[in-house]
Amino acid sequence: MIKARITVTLKNGVLDPQGKAIEHALTAMEFSGVGSVRQGKVFDVELSGTDRAKAEADLKAMCDRLLANTVIENYQVEIA
Amino acid sequence: MKSAVVLLPGLNRDRDMIAALTKISGKPPVTIWQTDTEIPDVDLIVIPGGFSYGDYLRCGAIAARMPVLRAVAEKAEKGVQVIGVCNGFQILLETALLPGALMRNQSLKFVCREVKLRVENANTAFTRNYRPGEIIRAPVAHHDGNYFADADTLARLEDEGQVVFRYAENTNPNGSINDIAGIVNARGNVLGLMPHPENLIEEAHGGSDGRGLFESALGIAPRQPALAGA
Repeated sequence: MIKARITVTLKNGVLDPQGKAIEHALTAMEFSGVGSVRQGKVFDVELSGTDRAKAEADLKAMCDRLLANTVIENYQVEIA
Repeated sequence: MKSAVVLLPGLNRDRDMIAALTKISGKPPVTIWQTDTEIPDVDLIVIPGGFSYGDYLRCGAIAARMPVLRAVAEKAEKGVQVIGVCNGFQILLETALLPGALMRNQSLKFVCREVKLRVENANTAFTRNYRPGEIIRAPVAHHDGNYFADADTLARLEDEGQVVFRYAENTNPNGSINDIAGIVNARGNVLGLMPHPENLIEEAHGGSDGRGLFESALGIAPRQPALAGA
């Protein structure tokens, strides 16, 4: 079995109102020096089989076709 | 003209849409279910608003991958008119039938209120019954209506007259870039908009400003004002 972690984040230049709200909350909680917060999503995916190259290609296709909206989001695939 | 309404689990404005199309066209629309792979011959397909598949992952993302949306895309390629309202607009963006994305409202709050829209392009199949620049009233109710597109896409939309409706008179409820409320595809047969014209089609709604959109799409002449005493 192959385990992978996919991280989806907003592209630079795309406004992130949720990240901004979290940033303000952290500052309100008196954590000093919070410059900026951008929020995103994490997917932990388990795949049957052992072919890592195929797994990576499949995971990227999953990101392109469903897990990320590439109009506004970037993704990163890490295979454990 | 025949119309159809797409039904998906989690949509909740389907009944309003069916009622509006029935009242305006004089006959009820065909309804199409999520697993349908073929859509009967119709002139207009409408995807109504709501929270398809619980808005999981991203608004409209799961719906856009259902078989019925492939069928809608095939019809759109053949030139059939398609309207997506609210969640329907989000779904059309997720299928890439329209460019851009809808993000969380800038206020982070769900907005449910009335806004003003300017008809930016009255030369489309969906707006020909309005006057260019006409300001109309429209209800909105959404959490993710903050339209975004990259600079190139935005320039193309603006240059080609694909921005059909813009929030007017400082009523942008969600932070949409360039106050965009509704757009059409390059071919002009697919419209997506966040406001709910189906909820303002008769006096019982408090106005009929939304009626012109459906009358335009269905090829119905605007209603003449009633004669005094008639």
